Amino acid sequence: MKTDLRKRFGRNSYRRAAAWLEQAVEGLFTFSGWISIVIVLLITVFLFKEGFGLFQAPTVEKGYVLCVNPSNKVERLDGAQIKRIFDYEITSWNEVGGDELEIRPFRFEEIFDYYSDEELGADYELLPEKLAEVIGGDESVVAFVPEQYLPQDRAGIKVVDTGHITPGDFFGGREWLPTSTPAARFGALPLILGTLWVSFFAILIALPLGMGVAIYMSELAGERMRKVLKPAIELLAGIPSVVYGFFGLVVIVPLVQRAFNLPVGETAFAGCLILAIMALPTIITVAEDAMRNTPRAMREASLSLGATQWQTIYRVVIPYASSGISAAIVLGIGRAVGETMAVLMVTGNAAVMPTSLFEPIRTIPATIAAELGEAPAGGAHYQSLFLLGCILFLITLVISVSAELISKKQRQVV
Amino acid sequence: MKENTNSFSLQATGRRVRSALSQQVAFGIIRLLGFVVVGLLVWIQGFIIVNGVGVISWEFLTEAPAEGMTSGGIFPAIVGTLCLVAGSMVFSFPLGVMAGIYMNEYTKDHWSVRLIRVVTNNLSGIPSIVFGLFGMALFVNTLGFGDSIIAGSLTLGLLVLPIVIRTTEEALKAVPDSYRSGSVALGASKLQTIFRVILPSAFPNIITGLILAIGRVSGETAPILFTAVAYFLPKLPTSVFDQVMALPYHLYVVATSGTDLEASRPIAYGTALVLIVIVLLMNLLASLIRKRMSKR
Amino acid sequence: MIEAKNVNFYYGDFHALKNINMKMERNTVTAFIGPSGCGKSTFLRLFNRMNDLIEGTRLTGECLVDGQNIYDKSVSVVELRKQVGMVFQKPNPFPKSIFENVAYGLRVNGMKNRKEMEEIVERSLRQAALWDEVKDKLKKSAFDLSGGQQQRLCIARALAVSPSVLLMDEPASALDPISTSKIEDLIYSLKKDYTIVIVTHNMQQASRVSDNTGFFMLGELVEFSETKKMFLNPEKEQTQNYITGRFG
Repeated sequence: MKTDLRKRFGRNSYRRAAAWLEQAVEGLFTFSGWISIVIVLLITVFLFKEGFGLFQAPTVEKGYVLCVNPSNKVERLDGAQIKRIFDYEITSWNEVGGDELEIRPFRFEEIFDYYSDEELGADYELLPEKLAEVIGGDESVVAFVPEQYLPQDRAGIKVVDTGHITPGDFFGGREWLPTSTPAARFGALPLILGTLWVSFFAILIALPLGMGVAIYMSELAGERMRKVLKPAIELLAGIPSVVYGFFGLVVIVPLVQRAFNLPVGETAFAGCLILAIMALPTIITVAEDAMRNTPRAMREASLSLGATQWQTIYRVVIPYASSGISAAIVLGIGRAVGETMAVLMVTGNAAVMPTSLFEPIRTIPATIAAELGEAPAGGAHYQSLFLLGCILFLITLVISVSAELISKKQRQVV
Repeated sequence: MKENTNSFSLQATGRRVRSALSQQVAFGIIRLLGFVVVGLLVWIQGFIIVNGVGVISWEFLTEAPAEGMTSGGIFPAIVGTLCLVAGSMVFSFPLGVMAGIYMNEYTKDHWSVRLIRVVTNNLSGIPSIVFGLFGMALFVNTLGFGDSIIAGSLTLGLLVLPIVIRTTEEALKAVPDSYRSGSVALGASKLQTIFRVILPSAFPNIITGLILAIGRVSGETAPILFTAVAYFLPKLPTSVFDQVMALPYHLYVVATSGTDLEASRPIAYGTALVLIVIVLLMNLLASLIRKRMSKR
Repeated sequence: MIEAKNVNFYYGDFHALKNINMKMERNTVTAFIGPSGCGKSTFLRLFNRMNDLIEGTRLTGECLVDGQNIYDKSVSVVELRKQVGMVFQKPNPFPKSIFENVAYGLRVNGMKNRKEMEEIVERSLRQAALWDEVKDKLKKSAFDLSGGQQQRLCIARALAVSPSVLLMDEPASALDPISTSKIEDLIYSLKKDYTIVIVTHNMQQASRVSDNTGFFMLGELVEFSETKKMFLNPEKEQTQNYITGRFG
């Protein structure tokens, strides 16, 4: 009797342990299942948190201010004006709302040309005084100085309101000069347009090629040919982008330079060619899948009406697969938009508004890759790169979702 | 209108010949495009192989770079890439497989699974440089790992997680339902069924996912740019918090920013070849396993 | 009009049709009946060379349409298929508008004249007894039609290219009884203009619509005679058994 009980008890505890284990493992599975969502949320949070910090950043470098003579009527200056003043492009105060008076830009370092170290004091304790002297003594001056060296009472000095970086500056700005002083310029427009420009032409090149191959594989090639092509295309997809970039650098760039007789081969066009090759596998695979899904009945109906095979392909198969083909295009664009290394290596990376295919261009991913290493964490430059990352993230999100919606439409037709 | 009693000709005439001709032209172009794509592949691979094969030697694979990357080998980069690959797999493989199990075995066709699937798809569409940004913000700065193997591995792991999840899900889907009901009917619990019946029969296909993920990870540059790699390190890493060199990054710097670009070209070709060989091997291995599976 | 001479057909190693000889006259309806897999559909599809699409098939013997061997090298498959129309088991309209479905065959045959095209589309739809139901929604998608309407649309589509022969592969098997009877009426009315060959599962249908009937079994043509005679007084015992429902 006793042993029996113990036995049963033992089994129960074993069972209870097993049930507990089962529950624990199931919890683990559930957690893992939601991991993608957690990651996407985390990415969103981190990217946007860092990126949107940019809009709290002052226009001029943190810790610095712009000062003018108190008699100057100018109350505020924006980033573009500051940059042009210090580049000597704006030379008169009346261009920025002041008097008819020449502007004399003054950078903080220049103080050492005016005064010797002794005059400034051992710990530069006399520096604020001297600064006030320089600024107070010249109506035409605009000085870029650290806030900590301003005189306590700000006597003889007027600090100009320079404001913060605005979304308008970022999304509408045409200048990307993240390290220029006194006011770094974070105009993302050339980068955004550069990305779209290169991707658009890349797809324009890849689409006919990819469609041709997709048609060939789904409609014409025999089983044996497909068995060669399919892994070949998988391989094309598997080659690391840095290898494509290297290939582009040593083969395509010189080729482009020679073919079009250009001063440099590192152009948007070289990027387009490399991106086109890289987008090919995506376009081919998705489009081929869509075309193979065209029901046999459709093809038979067309052929039985006296259509040739080619007429059947372009009048029935392609229209039928059109949403799958659109998804292929969209995904191809996605691949091109996000591509980093290859573009970085072949496009020349000049942050200018794109006007021609045969000039250097710079894309968002290439900018991030090239500059993040040098941007101090937490600074405006760093934040602007994260904001670029947000744009990229949003673009690819839109692309994924639209590809999803398009292929859903396809499923409904079937 | 044609009278039905009339006899007709079945020979191609006029328009027919024309449409047959246009078909021939179209198919000709399409075939040509097919060859162009194969040609591209052969060109790219051939170029790298032809230029790189002379560089490969035992010394190249086992020695450290010397004389400002213009001679010596790529051993530290190989070690670094191995570390990153291993680290990212340790992290993403179990997680991805468990996610796949959750999606296929626990909550089939529930709204949450559909949501997860959509999000996983989106995740796989996010550009690798964005993962790099994220990895830098979270692992390097917030968690304070610094530029290290662990930060790089985690970043790369996130990048390939969707691949592992998707292949696992597909592999599990391919397991016939009769296996499940058979096992449950014998009194096995769900967990026992998963570990004793379903996973073993889906395992080779899951491994294919692992291999493809390895192929992808070993070639990625953008995510490790700011999370793990260094241009040159005099010694091999000793802990997971050390920086490493890595093959793809090595190729990038040797190709674009070495001290003497012309002199370091051979090193670049060799490195590119090693990268391509890794990808080729991984693809080959994956297709071998797939073939073996389909035979069974 | 249509004739098969010593026709043998193989799918790879499988001998699907065994030495078939048959002659079908102009403006008649011929029905093929027989159990599933007996080769009747395969035989039907020989006459517009639809079997060419399947890899690994082989044909010996001759198939003649209007006295010409349609497997002769000089024959254009495309021209043949224009002359020999086909209606399939499941309605298979294109994902296009009703009008474009019917006009498809005209377009691929190079017709550009819109007016002429509209006339032919209307005539074909009238012939297929569908005009009154769709005349106000020609621009609508063909998928909006019911199954029976879709099948009549497919018939109209086949008629639009003015074939001489119409092959129908179980045209009513996927339809409800009312749609089926509409299709049967249609077949009857089309007889005066076309030579029709129909494969059917349904013996009542065969007896209602056809002049002659061929009974197939295991790739052989067991019996071929006038429909009335076949159903009332079959020569072969196998036919008798099939018709009375002992198997199949």
